[in-house]
Amino acid sequence: MQAFEYANPTSIQDAVRLLGSNEGESAVLAGGTDLLSLMKDYVVTPGRLVNIKSIEDLQGVSFDSDAGLSIGAVATLDELAAQDSVQTHYPALIQALDGIRSAQIQAAGTVGGDLCQRPRCWYFRRGFGLLAQMNGKSMVADGDNRYHAILGNDGPAQFVNASSLAPALIALGAKVTIQGVSGSREIALEDFFQTPGSQSERENVLAPNEILTRIVVPAASGTQNATYEVREKEALDWPLAAASVSLTENGGGVGQARVVLGHVAPVPWVSEKAGMALQGKAVSRESAESAGDAAVEGARALSRNKYKIQLARVAVKRAVLRAAGMEES
Amino acid sequence: MADYSWPEASKRRYIGKSVSRLDGPLKVTGVAKYSYDVNRSGMLFARILRSPHAHARITGLDTSAAEAVPGVKAVRVIQGVGTEIKWELDEIATVAAETEEAAEDGVRAIKVDYEVLSHFVTEEDRASAPDQEVAREETEGDPAGAMASADVRSKGYYGIAAITHCCMESHGQVCEWEGEDKLNAWCSTQAVSGLPGQFADKLGLPTANVRVITPYMGGGFGSKFSADRWGIECAELARQENAAVKLFLERDAELAVAGDRPSAYAKIEVGAKSDGTITAWNSETWGSGGISGSRGSPPVPYVFQVPNRKQTHHSIVINKATARAWRAPNHPQACFLTMGALEDLAAELKMDPLDLFLKNVSITGPRADTYAEELKVGAALMDWRRNWHPRGDSGRGPVKRGLGLGLHTWGGRAHQSNCEVVIFPDGNVEARLGSQDLGTGTITVVAMILAETLDLPLDAVSVKIGDSRFPASGGSGGSTTVGGVTSSTRRAAVNALEQLLERVAPSLDASADQLEAVDGRVQVKGNPARSLSWRQAAARIGPSPMSATGSNPGPGKLSDSGVGGIQMADVSVDVETGIVKINKVVAVQDCGLIIDMKLSESQVYGSLIMGIAYALCEEKVLDPVSGKMLNPDMEFYKLPGIGDIGELVVHMMTGPGYDERGVIGLGEPPVISTGAAIANAVANAIGVRVPYMPVTPNRVLEALERGGAA
Repeated sequence: MQAFEYANPTSIQDAVRLLGSNEGESAVLAGGTDLLSLMKDYVVTPGRLVNIKSIEDLQGVSFDSDAGLSIGAVATLDELAAQDSVQTHYPALIQALDGIRSAQIQAAGTVGGDLCQRPRCWYFRRGFGLLAQMNGKSMVADGDNRYHAILGNDGPAQFVNASSLAPALIALGAKVTIQGVSGSREIALEDFFQTPGSQSERENVLAPNEILTRIVVPAASGTQNATYEVREKEALDWPLAAASVSLTENGGGVGQARVVLGHVAPVPWVSEKAGMALQGKAVSRESAESAGDAAVEGARALSRNKYKIQLARVAVKRAVLRAAGMEES
Repeated sequence: MADYSWPEASKRRYIGKSVSRLDGPLKVTGVAKYSYDVNRSGMLFARILRSPHAHARITGLDTSAAEAVPGVKAVRVIQGVGTEIKWELDEIATVAAETEEAAEDGVRAIKVDYEVLSHFVTEEDRASAPDQEVAREETEGDPAGAMASADVRSKGYYGIAAITHCCMESHGQVCEWEGEDKLNAWCSTQAVSGLPGQFADKLGLPTANVRVITPYMGGGFGSKFSADRWGIECAELARQENAAVKLFLERDAELAVAGDRPSAYAKIEVGAKSDGTITAWNSETWGSGGISGSRGSPPVPYVFQVPNRKQTHHSIVINKATARAWRAPNHPQACFLTMGALEDLAAELKMDPLDLFLKNVSITGPRADTYAEELKVGAALMDWRRNWHPRGDSGRGPVKRGLGLGLHTWGGRAHQSNCEVVIFPDGNVEARLGSQDLGTGTITVVAMILAETLDLPLDAVSVKIGDSRFPASGGSGGSTTVGGVTSSTRRAAVNALEQLLERVAPSLDASADQLEAVDGRVQVKGNPARSLSWRQAAARIGPSPMSATGSNPGPGKLSDSGVGGIQMADVSVDVETGIVKINKVVAVQDCGLIIDMKLSESQVYGSLIMGIAYALCEEKVLDPVSGKMLNPDMEFYKLPGIGDIGELVVHMMTGPGYDERGVIGLGEPPVISTGAAIANAVANAIGVRVPYMPVTPNRVLEALERGGAA
């Protein structure tokens, strides 16, 4: 690991100032479950780590039946899972948290960190950059792309977003607050993520001196929500595909339906088509299947990941059925 | 001559009982010190600079910046300018420094220029392999004629990936010199007695001047028999700096270059009569273990010696470090290829594979009767007759269930071993062997034999192993240790007792041959009234300890070789996702006379877990583009957790017909057919063969798409 400065600010203002404005010079340290591994492997080599766990304003999880769920960026995954309100109203989050399966990551990892973690792409992790390039050419097409993207993979980025919670949070309509030196802004979580178009771009909209500070999830009363992950192992493993759905009811059928896929695209993939496929009908096996089919319309397989199209389709179907309490045993 | 034979079943105090591992508490409390845990005063840490390229020539190398890194004490070039590097992460240079961090900084400060050369790492594509040779070509009988006249023929394609050993304690050692010509090395090794010669040869020392110490060992599985280049470098750095040096491999190097199991691919055709009698076999196999080719060939057809057969094998060279022996070298591959082909044949015949195996059991060789018996035991434990169905679970829903089986063989002959048993005047007894306990229970079985022979409680004896100063014992490979160390210990203990009885005889007014050791006492045979406590007896040997030795091979038949085992798997496969879950695995195994039932069963449980791992998860992924290993970590080099294992049922064959054969090793056999049984169960569940192992979701879904849904 490259030597680095360690800063331990107690205010957000100090933290963003300490981060500086140049990409890669510094890094935000929260749970550290991803960052430290990247540093040990020299995938990232920040000169300064800014620990944000000592900042009071970033802590805690609170729930209000009107305002919904407010999650501080450094709240741990275990803290979130322990909330009665989360267990009652947001099963999609509980199911996503359960899928993480590492007691260590659940104890030390933070909600903000889950959203900001870097891709698990093995080319990225072996030092070939976010776009997996060697001699200016992408390695993914001719390489081993069994875990790579099937959606949103037309550009140079073919990794998949690794966040466990983002699909569920986006399905639930979460907004995030971003704070920088000149103030803060609130954006929809789905707008937080971006697909990098060049080596100089990141996978989210954070500037080097910005911090994701808080996640707010609207009250979910009257919605049915669920997450379904396709994982090879019961033990710690990255999903091959995942889907979260949130459904509102309207006159015996589905009113609004939000369907978000994980681990299939460089960003958490909001499928409006899948949502449309569910709207206005009672949930059934058929409607769930048609949502799955709609979700993978336009998917493009690389040489070794065609199976992920099927997995994405099934993940959507099963998430819909799970949300509606119609899961097949 | 003394009687060394094992005591009769009715007179055994420990043999065959379930004794918990004696070093268990030491390990779980952290008291046990592994070589990795050894820290010496003033010790330096070494790191290795490794090639980022799978094939390249070194055109420039500059270590000056590394030498200037604060804390760096020494930089040694292993492969300099002009060298052709033939696999990723091959060793280029070593750096020793005061801290691990400084050593790593030093490594990164070395500047190397490479001319990158073309690589080949995709051996499944045999047609494209630039370097291959026929490694085996054999014909027996008339395979072409027999195939032509067979009632039923089954053709298939099968492939099994290279996997690594995944030792929890990585390869490495701490080296420290005593003066200029004596080396002490704390190594993580499977060959305590064999390693000094390797170090001495490379370092220009008398073998007697090298001492290798391995009190506890964190896994080897066949990959730790060599001093290795990193071992020699560690010793050279220690000599150069006159300080202890610790050098253990990083996890990426451990997975990429410290050994793996060769891949194997096959096109197989099998022919049979309509009653299931197998008559013909034709196989074309190929595979690679890296830069040295396939390192032998999978022995197909495995166990079933089909009367008319033809086998060819191509050894493929790829740009990867050389494979090492992996638990039962070549057998798991051969077993998967063969049992898969036979299961496919059974499906063609519309026959229960259990019946196919029983029908052909006579061509399995000397263990035929054992296999037949084991298949019956296994079938009962699995309730096979009730639960088996023809290929393709016809039930509703996406989750399909199936059963599969496989069988295997192994030698397990006892290796050379020497043991010294010392009886101290205070009554303490100690066995000393230059052996090692890989976690298999060597310490425990030696203690059991010593206590059994002297009829003492287990806590009255102690066992010292893991030091090359003790009498030489073989390396722990090929399931040879348990037979070797129990035989040498038995003979040494019998000899020691004989000496003791000689010394004690006058005190009991009897001759030595009239005396016996019974339950912690030495007495005139059958006469407890004329006896001494063990301690009183030991006091008669005088002020100095008394010692006796025993060897293997030696007098009396204490061990044997050749075992058979069968395994059956019950799996569920989700045909919408391709995910396979293990419901249950049954293992039925013989291994002659069992010393410790609990440890034997543990050995099989561990094997089944390892088998499930390579059946469903493990795969060394090499990148066709860069030639690099893409998953040299514990995240994408996937291993199952306890929730992935299912129910494991182990049945050891014991009693008449087994016990009298003597001790036979157990380390390899039970890992061999687990993968085959699971792969066959998957085929039975979903109705089509998944031709690749590990059986991952992509491969299940591809097979379903190709072969039609269940």
